[in-house]
Amino acid sequence: MEAVLFFAAALGALSGAVGVVALRNPFYGVLALIVHLFSLAVLFLLLSAAFVAAAQVVVYAGAVMVLYVFVVAYVGGDTESAWEPIPGQRFLAPLVGAALFVELSIAVLGSSLLALGTEGPDVEPGFGDPAGIGKLLLEDFLLPFEASSILLLLAAVGAVVLAGRKGEEESAS
Amino acid sequence: MNIEWYIVLSSLLFAVGAMGILVRRSPVVILLCLELMLNAGNLALVAFSRMVGNQEGQVFAIVVMVVAACEVVIGLGLIVAIFRRKLPLDVDQLRELRG
Repeated sequence: MEAVLFFAAALGALSGAVGVVALRNPFYGVLALIVHLFSLAVLFLLLSAAFVAAAQVVVYAGAVMVLYVFVVAYVGGDTESAWEPIPGQRFLAPLVGAALFVELSIAVLGSSLLALGTEGPDVEPGFGDPAGIGKLLLEDFLLPFEASSILLLLAAVGAVVLAGRKGEEESAS
Repeated sequence: MNIEWYIVLSSLLFAVGAMGILVRRSPVVILLCLELMLNAGNLALVAFSRMVGNQEGQVFAIVVMVVAACEVVIGLGLIVAIFRRKLPLDVDQLRELRG
């Protein structure tokens, strides 16, 4: 049962990823990424990371993707030009991607991590639930937690500065 | 399922995302491919956290999500700013930093 779920979710994640790369219309690309994110949430659940899976669905597939949909609707799904600045780019890029995949696989599977071939140790039922993650975030990782809150604030202010109306008036005048 | 399956899937997704960044020209799609790569990294982090039996890797994954959200906000803000200035939304034509 677990293997069936894994392969179904892996197929969904992979087809979503290929869809993002291959689909011409950016709007369909966003929809493919939502499929990819939901499949990844299933994989996180299989890895007994319940809180990360919930955050993935709510924050990523929910909020961030709505932002993408709004921007794609605002900018418009324009088609890309056929002009290629680097000759043979469309043939070289998949080669580079395949080389990267082979290299990463060799690097990880060739490492002497003996636990890679196992399903991991048996964990208690509360592994990865919001209580445990929250305790870790607020006790052991308090500094990264606060730093990420400052980062979020900076990003929000930066987005308002970048996309605000003021820049348009300056460029028009 | 063995952990190595998750790791191989994660490196495959990372490679697909990297290929997308190399192939595509639209900045929106390049941001989407960046999301793919960040999520592949997240999958590897969670898989390793399960392998060790330690929840700290999941905290890392959540921090990566926060960084990805910030990156999306800034990137989409830049795209909206580029669009407002009536510049072409093509990373090959946007090769000058000065406005």
